[in-house]
Amino acid sequence: MAAASAEAETKRSAWVAALIGIGLMAAVDEIVFHQLLGWHHFYDQATPAIGLLSDGLLHSAELIAIVAGFFLFSDMRRRGTLAPLHAWAGFFLGAGGFQLFDGIVDHKILRIHQVRYGVDLLPYDLAWNGAGLALLIVGLLLLRRARAA
Amino acid sequence: MTAHATFAVFMTALVTATGVAYAAGVVRLGRRGRPWRWARTISFFLGLGLLLLGLWLPNIVHTHHDLRLHMVQHLLLGMFAPLPLVLGMPGLLLLRNLPRRGVGVVMGLLVSRPLRCLTHPVTAAVSDMGAMYLLYLTPLYLLSLHNGYVHAWVHLHFIVAGYLFTWAIAGPDPAPRRPSYALRLTVLFLAAGAHAVLGKLMYAYAWPRATGDALEDVRAAAQWMYYGGDLAELLLAILLFAQWRGRHALGRGSWAFSMGSRRSVANLR
Repeated sequence: MAAASAEAETKRSAWVAALIGIGLMAAVDEIVFHQLLGWHHFYDQATPAIGLLSDGLLHSAELIAIVAGFFLFSDMRRRGTLAPLHAWAGFFLGAGGFQLFDGIVDHKILRIHQVRYGVDLLPYDLAWNGAGLALLIVGLLLLRRARAA
Repeated sequence: MTAHATFAVFMTALVTATGVAYAAGVVRLGRRGRPWRWARTISFFLGLGLLLLGLWLPNIVHTHHDLRLHMVQHLLLGMFAPLPLVLGMPGLLLLRNLPRRGVGVVMGLLVSRPLRCLTHPVTAAVSDMGAMYLLYLTPLYLLSLHNGYVHAWVHLHFIVAGYLFTWAIAGPDPAPRRPSYALRLTVLFLAAGAHAVLGKLMYAYAWPRATGDALEDVRAAAQWMYYGGDLAELLLAILLFAQWRGRHALGRGSWAFSMGSRRSVANLR
């Protein structure tokens, strides 16, 4: 019984941190690439209507993910049920998963916008998705360590 | 006096009357030895101040008929002012000032089908976001520039629908049978998504049209709406989760319970 609930708490730790990872990655995307670098466009004249719809819902989900993540995280910490290693694993899995999802589904399939305009896209796409993959692998390695511990 | 100014004067009178009534309620409670939190009073008057700022903004900056200005007004009246207003908990203040029978009447009204329907998060979200789609993606906005009554109605709708939406999602006022946190969070997610999509649609297809605004100004207004709306929705989400945590931590009673209104809320529930 106690073992089952401990496992539930470690799982919860990972999911809660994943929410923060998703939210932070999305915020980095918005702030660094949209605002500071100006590489992404608010709208680029090529985005289809379905892209705008998915973009809006995803944006709203990111916003809530970051708030929900922090509240759930602080709640678990306060109750002393947070499993730190699982949380780190979840954080990297969330951040990497979002980066890869953004790079493949948003940029390539839904074509919401591209990484940068007026340049050869291939190296940018490779760097974008490569970074996502690297974060995801870090997350998986951490998860393995967390499970072994 | 122009129709716009007449409306602003009328609304100023209404806002002032609301402020006076609130202050009178606080003073009355104080005389009976039931102090009211200062933070609530400050919050409520901050909200009223934001309403006045939104209403008089065109006169302050001496610009009319500018979509960017209109957007700032919309954000102030419909999205930012309601946040400190609901935190002022005017509903709880009213209930504490009413005799026991009056409390019963108000609670009876709140659980009545029409009011429960009106104050339901879904209804509030549809009337708030739906009206914005209607306003900006149809010639209604253009009409509001030329017709003082339509203009007044639009601004009044911003205020009422914005307050209702904020209250329905995360209002700390005690209310019987508030929908679950999961439902309120879902509605907030969809409404915030709808707001973001509207901002992008306005930017992409240059709505509202034929207003005399330059394309860059329409796009600037759309971006202000998008990012301004973001900030307001972020604050609303924080408010909702803060309530959830307060309730969670106590494991019983409402958020208002944890906010130091033990006696009255225990009585109301």
